[in-house]
Amino acid sequence: MANIFPRWVNTLPIKIIIGIILVKTAIVLGVTYYFTPKFTRVGYAPTQPVAFSHALHSGQLEIDCRYCHTFVDRSEHSNVPGSNVCMSCHSMVRKDDPQLALIRDSYESGDPVPWVRIHKTPDYVYFNHSVHVNRGISCVECHGRIDQMEVVEHAMPLSMGFCLECHRNPEEYIRPVEEVYNLDWERPETEEYKEVATGFVHDWKINPPQSCSGCHR
Amino acid sequence: MRTFLIIYVFIVVATVSILGFRGSTSKKPPLEIFPDMDRQARYKPQAENQFFADGRNDRPIPINSVARGNYHNQIEVFAEDFSDSYLGDTTYNIGKSSDGEFVQKIPIKASNELMQLGHLKYDIFCTTCHGAAGDGNGVVKQYGVLAATYHDDRLRDAEDGYLYDVISNGKGLMYGLKDRMSPKERWAVVLYMRALQTSQNAQASDLSAAQRLDLGF
Repeated sequence: MANIFPRWVNTLPIKIIIGIILVKTAIVLGVTYYFTPKFTRVGYAPTQPVAFSHALHSGQLEIDCRYCHTFVDRSEHSNVPGSNVCMSCHSMVRKDDPQLALIRDSYESGDPVPWVRIHKTPDYVYFNHSVHVNRGISCVECHGRIDQMEVVEHAMPLSMGFCLECHRNPEEYIRPVEEVYNLDWERPETEEYKEVATGFVHDWKINPPQSCSGCHR
Repeated sequence: MRTFLIIYVFIVVATVSILGFRGSTSKKPPLEIFPDMDRQARYKPQAENQFFADGRNDRPIPINSVARGNYHNQIEVFAEDFSDSYLGDTTYNIGKSSDGEFVQKIPIKASNELMQLGHLKYDIFCTTCHGAAGDGNGVVKQYGVLAATYHDDRLRDAEDGYLYDVISNGKGLMYGLKDRMSPKERWAVVLYMRALQTSQNAQASDLSAAQRLDLGF
């Protein structure tokens, strides 16, 4: 009796199996690597209408974060300053610089400067800046070393896992309240400091919500 | 099989080269792979809104109204000598008595807490130009910002209300800060400025005998 199937069909099942394994592995790895805010959000650095350098203003001149983002410690929203804040100095410093024309126009006309927003939590997340900065969570924990950025970029994923990581172990991220706006501060890697940090969490009655309704109200 | 592997490797290499790696900077807004209800039609602070003619969500304060919990515009609404147990009085808000004279003394009780508040706000808003010691040698002096020193007779003899007025509304090249500091915070800064003046202009005779002994005079 002649063979119904040619000889090469013998290796076909194993080839198909290998093919499926390869394709599935690639899809799983690809989705894990790419379908996450660690890829989609981190590194977002849009061109702003005015090339404001945080590295110069915050890093080199050491202007406090709250000089411009004044209400971060009193409001859920960390405000972008009005152009009058820029003009406090730039009415004297580089007062004819063409790069600052937009700021001067805005100050004259009252129209806002169209800054491009970088950090956005989804609208079903109720994030409050003031409660974090007033309880020892520094700007740097979510925004990275803004004081070293010439152009601000999205430094952390700000995914739910990112939030929960800290909400589950606040003592690993907390710092003395007076160091919150000091992005340069380094957390001591000592046992004593761990005790101090645990003490902060206890003394300030920090109980970060881990339930859904804590943030999704 | 060979064709399959070639196509497979090609697709993997193409995906990685198009999408890149995590953390690489991009000017394009983050991809929202599953948009869910991330962006909802709701009012967000400092956001855009096409409903209003000026295109912004934040509405200016209508004339003859006082913003809730934030009565910085109180004098635009009430008379100069207005007084109310909840809103306070205009002397407290503008630093002038009802006949338009600057008040001599800070109208709230000086305390250690008020001094701490003043120190904090001074470091945020004033040190950049006036320097940590109030001598006009702030970090921006090298860029051509001219700032007054507090250590001369003109400001030593000035009324507290005058200092308050300058902090609020600015003077000469200085812009006012009343949009960023509450009346209480501004009075606290006045108190701290007085402390700075004393620190540079104190006589040994101002101290008690015990204090002098302590310092070894």
